[in-house]
Amino acid sequence: MRKVCVAGVGMTKFGVSEKSCIELFAEAALEAVNASNIKVTDIQSVHFGNVFGDFEEGQAVMGSFAAREIGCPPSTPALRYEGACATASVAIRDAFIAVASGLYDVVLAGGTERCMAMGTPLATRTFAMCTEGKYESYTGITFPGVFAMMTHLYAKKYNIPLAKLKERMAMVAVKNHYHGTMNPLAQFQKEITAASVLKGFMVCDPLQLLDCCPFTDGAAAIVIASEEKAKKMVEKPVYILGAGQGSGAPLFRQKDITVHEARIAASKKAYEMAGVGPKDIDVAEVHDCFTIAEIALMENLGFYDFGTASEAVERGESKIGGKLPLNPSGGLKAKGHPIGATGAAQAYEIVKQLRGECGARQVEGAKIGMTDTLGGDATTVVDIIYGI
Amino acid sequence: MSSSVTYKLTHKMFYEGLKEGKLLGLKCNSCNTYTCPPKINCAQCNSLDMDIVELNGKAEIKTFTVVRVCPEGFEGELPYVVALAELEEGPWVCGRVVGVDPDKVTMDIIGKKATVGGKIPPKLSYAPGEPMAITLKIS
Repeated sequence: MRKVCVAGVGMTKFGVSEKSCIELFAEAALEAVNASNIKVTDIQSVHFGNVFGDFEEGQAVMGSFAAREIGCPPSTPALRYEGACATASVAIRDAFIAVASGLYDVVLAGGTERCMAMGTPLATRTFAMCTEGKYESYTGITFPGVFAMMTHLYAKKYNIPLAKLKERMAMVAVKNHYHGTMNPLAQFQKEITAASVLKGFMVCDPLQLLDCCPFTDGAAAIVIASEEKAKKMVEKPVYILGAGQGSGAPLFRQKDITVHEARIAASKKAYEMAGVGPKDIDVAEVHDCFTIAEIALMENLGFYDFGTASEAVERGESKIGGKLPLNPSGGLKAKGHPIGATGAAQAYEIVKQLRGECGARQVEGAKIGMTDTLGGDATTVVDIIYGI
Repeated sequence: MSSSVTYKLTHKMFYEGLKEGKLLGLKCNSCNTYTCPPKINCAQCNSLDMDIVELNGKAEIKTFTVVRVCPEGFEGELPYVVALAELEEGPWVCGRVVGVDPDKVTMDIIGKKATVGGKIPPKLSYAPGEPMAITLKIS
């Protein structure tokens, strides 16, 4: 396996858009191509992520349309990836493998989504399709509902009073919204208070509105190249040091849903491949789809012992300037969560962080960064470690 | 001997069981554990050597939520409680909790005993066949 790097990256503003999934993707993709100082015809393969284009726009086979939209020739293969909210990270990992194997030298990976086009009832239904369909979905369980069940189980398991846990969860939301104020591409760039989180309407007990990430439109893309090519393309190539992906069973077979078997397996693989451990990570973009999710992942990725991460949040260790800054971009919570694009937006942020290009939200001296992306009920999880 | 593999217990057969008030599962002849709801091989050891058994339907609530924003199609049932529960035979199930007032449910429901049953969900798009949802009746 040869060394692989990220060259240029691109990302649209996240929020509400009237552009189509392909238009959004094309803007992010050509930004990444231009930032790589190559021509679009240098792209040898397009790894395209999208989850619900069929429901959002009635559009399937978007991968090939997107490849031709940006100017790739008929000889360029395009692959559509779907791994629920981890979609773009699945695409990036596959693109990494394609280059590492020597099959291609320069490829494009990313994703796009227009969640807002569905409206809340259909969006809630389609997101719930990422839960197991024969034995769980018909109960009416939703995505917030799953993480709500995780919250209650977490409070019970670690004997943390629910009110105390919810205060610490609110601190995750406050922190990520604060980070989002420094990201001009974030959907929300306003600070919120813990009091406002705890006053929001109840979505699924005990998760309130601001415990949940928003529905978002947006796209992101990155150019992945062999070390040799990338060094010629950009001044500061960022290395993909390790990548892992895991598959989780339905919730009822996972049983204790505070422990994410697929995430533990994926991160173990990524750490091993990179030759680093959780303590070596300087900055991470992680899957804070719900406030409890960020607390749980801090433990499942090995950053903290099980049952202790909410205390670390209270100590401010996950803020920029803290022991291990998480989601300097604002995360899914404030930056937004266009599910098919999220993994690529995480990669965008980590690449910029490692290059020292993040301005006010820069994590000083970051050399090793990580992305963690969770799809479904921890059904598809991808962890990728980057270094400069 | 044929090398073809077929399901001992399909989702349809599992649903039929729920309709008749029976919780069907699979008992593995290799490792003696139960797989429920069913899958093609043993959830513990991947063995195909399993027999269909009726489980006793007794469960304990492990965690729950009250759904107040629902997927399209479930509007008429709001608010409602969904839980994960552990069966006496070991597996967990995800079910709709029945027989409780959703607005009065607290974490005290965790650890409560429940009986497994089934209900027909509201009419939904993208739901082929005759769907069934597992229910958990608090005893």
